[in-house]
Amino acid sequence: MQLFRSHVLVCGGTNCTFANSEKIIAAFDKNLVENKLENEVKIVQTGCFGLCEEGPIIVIYPEGTMYFKVDVKDVQEIVQEHLLKGRLVSRLLQQSSEAVEGEYAIEKSSFFKKQMRVALRNCGVINPELIDEYIAFDGYKALGKALTEMKPMEIIKTIKDSGLRGRGGGGFPTGTKWEFAAKQDNEQKYICCNADEGDPGAFMDRSVLEGDPHSVIEAMAIAGYAIGANYGFIYVRAEYPIAVKRLQIAIDQAKAYGLLGDNILDTGFKFDLEIRLGAGAFVCGEETALMTSIEGKRGEPRVRPPFPAVKGLWQKPTILNNVETLANIPVIMLKGSEWFASMGTEKSKGTKVFAVGGKINNTGLIEIPMGTTLREVIYDIGGGIPDGKKFKAAQTGGPSGGCIPASHIDTPIDYESLIELGAMMGSGGLIVMDEDTCMVDIAKFFLEFTVDESCGKCNPCRLGTRRMMEMLDKITKGKGVMSDLDELENLAKDIKASSLCALGQTAPNPILSTLRYFRDEYEAHIRDHKCPAGSCKALLAYEVIEEKCVSCGLCAKNCPVNAITGSKKEKIPFVIDQDICIKCNVCFEKCPAEAIKK
Amino acid sequence: MNRNASGCMKKDGKDHLVEEIIARHKNSNGALIPVLHEVQDLYGYLPAEAQAKVAKEMNVPISEVFGVISFYSHFALKPKGKFKISICMGTACYVKGAGPILDKLKENLAIGIGETTADGQFTLEECRCLGACGLAPVLTVNGKVYGRLTKDDVTGIIDDCKRDEEEIVQ
Repeated sequence: MQLFRSHVLVCGGTNCTFANSEKIIAAFDKNLVENKLENEVKIVQTGCFGLCEEGPIIVIYPEGTMYFKVDVKDVQEIVQEHLLKGRLVSRLLQQSSEAVEGEYAIEKSSFFKKQMRVALRNCGVINPELIDEYIAFDGYKALGKALTEMKPMEIIKTIKDSGLRGRGGGGFPTGTKWEFAAKQDNEQKYICCNADEGDPGAFMDRSVLEGDPHSVIEAMAIAGYAIGANYGFIYVRAEYPIAVKRLQIAIDQAKAYGLLGDNILDTGFKFDLEIRLGAGAFVCGEETALMTSIEGKRGEPRVRPPFPAVKGLWQKPTILNNVETLANIPVIMLKGSEWFASMGTEKSKGTKVFAVGGKINNTGLIEIPMGTTLREVIYDIGGGIPDGKKFKAAQTGGPSGGCIPASHIDTPIDYESLIELGAMMGSGGLIVMDEDTCMVDIAKFFLEFTVDESCGKCNPCRLGTRRMMEMLDKITKGKGVMSDLDELENLAKDIKASSLCALGQTAPNPILSTLRYFRDEYEAHIRDHKCPAGSCKALLAYEVIEEKCVSCGLCAKNCPVNAITGSKKEKIPFVIDQDICIKCNVCFEKCPAEAIKK
Repeated sequence: MNRNASGCMKKDGKDHLVEEIIARHKNSNGALIPVLHEVQDLYGYLPAEAQAKVAKEMNVPISEVFGVISFYSHFALKPKGKFKISICMGTACYVKGAGPILDKLKENLAIGIGETTADGQFTLEECRCLGACGLAPVLTVNGKVYGRLTKDDVTGIIDDCKRDEEEIVQ
């Protein structure tokens, strides 16, 4: 095997690929050849490192130096300085105020220090397109152990004892689900992987598929052996082209190595799987709808019971696990259930991956032990809120979830604590909001989403969500009445109780949660016709504060509809004509003296 | 030639390609959706004739084929413009101001979401989270990504497309 003195890891996740990381790799290849380093330094395209905000990211080992926002034109300097002369390119190191001099090594950076990477263990470490790299990091060892040393019931016991719960949102104990399916007496059973990650602002599963696809394939084979299934489907969003490509490469490689197919590792166990592409229907993330979709039909959910573990795909016993859940399986098999259960809180074991976004400095992907507080996530790992703004709330669980207000920022994050707060773990999207975010508008945003994505099969969801959205729309336009709030609450409770599937049952959560913590904002919209966050256009009125105005005229010059008049020379004060104003916010943005209020 | 003309299907020689796609999926359970994905890749959308062909060859009622197509937002019944502008409406992009950018796009192109300009040049679409939240707000034009946008960037992006178009013509 060829040895290299240095490895340059270049992030090939979606965010960094969008930000040109493939061209960076090409530039490295060219520069290494020019400097005759191609036999000393190896370039590796990896999965996501997590710090998407600062992408494209590269890490150079053995030092573990992490360079941020690398541009194609920086490559030559990195090769010349770092790789040839051994000097840091300090301008590309993390520039945040907390970055202590010399603290550049990846493990020591504030972003990674509090994280614990279990499901993401190989993301940003190996080349996901090479099975040998996965195997070198103990890949397929767990499958080997399962097939040669363990009985199916022992595997199920291990998973049950570990306390692993579904990471897709519901939090159902994985081992128990497997046990149900294993007990079914049926020749044909199926394993499905839910990679139809639909929550807006969530990209955990995509990052696992892009960065470590073999871990999911290995886990599905283990699950197949445990419940007696020999075929699997991975249902993945068509919007994830990089993930689909790497997954297909991984499946082909696993087949070529005899790790999928007939007689795996000479044990007589047969397991095969294929990818099925979603087609842009959010409801297909619901388990019964997903299975109907794999069957080639309209992805509508159906009544449970019977549960899929009894009658699933084509009426055969089927288990459906989320990508992140599966990514945990091989490590649990190798390190044992006690190791896994030692992390986390009493009822929520292990770690959870979150996609942190919105008004936060370090947008990206993080993995933390269950029980970490929201404060640690936002301030220690996330680097706080940009522009010195105030933290208002964090939204988890997407359109099915709710928000955690600033007053609960010290709550340890686990399944139970979030439910108690009226939010939910969800699949792991965590959107941070600051004082400029209007909570009524956010509730409306999620309702628009569910109205759009409701499949239409059951009344409460199809009609009810639309009625709720209309009421919210009325409120954001200043046309609401106080009784709307009680009506909203009643309707929300009815929809929760009577919808067929989880989409409808959880659709009212964003409203209930914002009503619980930000009722005053709703009331301000209705009673005072004011949007406290200054976000709902219909309720804004831009005005010039005369005392602060320096009569520079920038507002009038930039106003696209000439709604602002005034003159410094003639000492006419600047005023905004409310009838002409289109509330485009330009004057507010351009004013150097903060003399425009809204 | 009018891209919307429905009679073009028989003459364009893609008929046998549809047959090939179906033949490849013959032995697979629940193949309708994978087949439709590939047929759409072929045409850019799913013309009525192609739907009929799929129904006949796969022996499923055409109503079922249409039912599946209309259920999933990925499947299109109408041809798209030359430049497909998709703006991400994921939560991270929304919180960071995708709304005003969308308004500006609508204004500049004078079309609504899901519509195509009369000259067949631009289609405007909202899309679900692209997962590029580090670049929020984000839009793509035929897959090319524009990130960290403000509404002032909109005119430039549309001009970029028009310039590309002129270069091709020249």
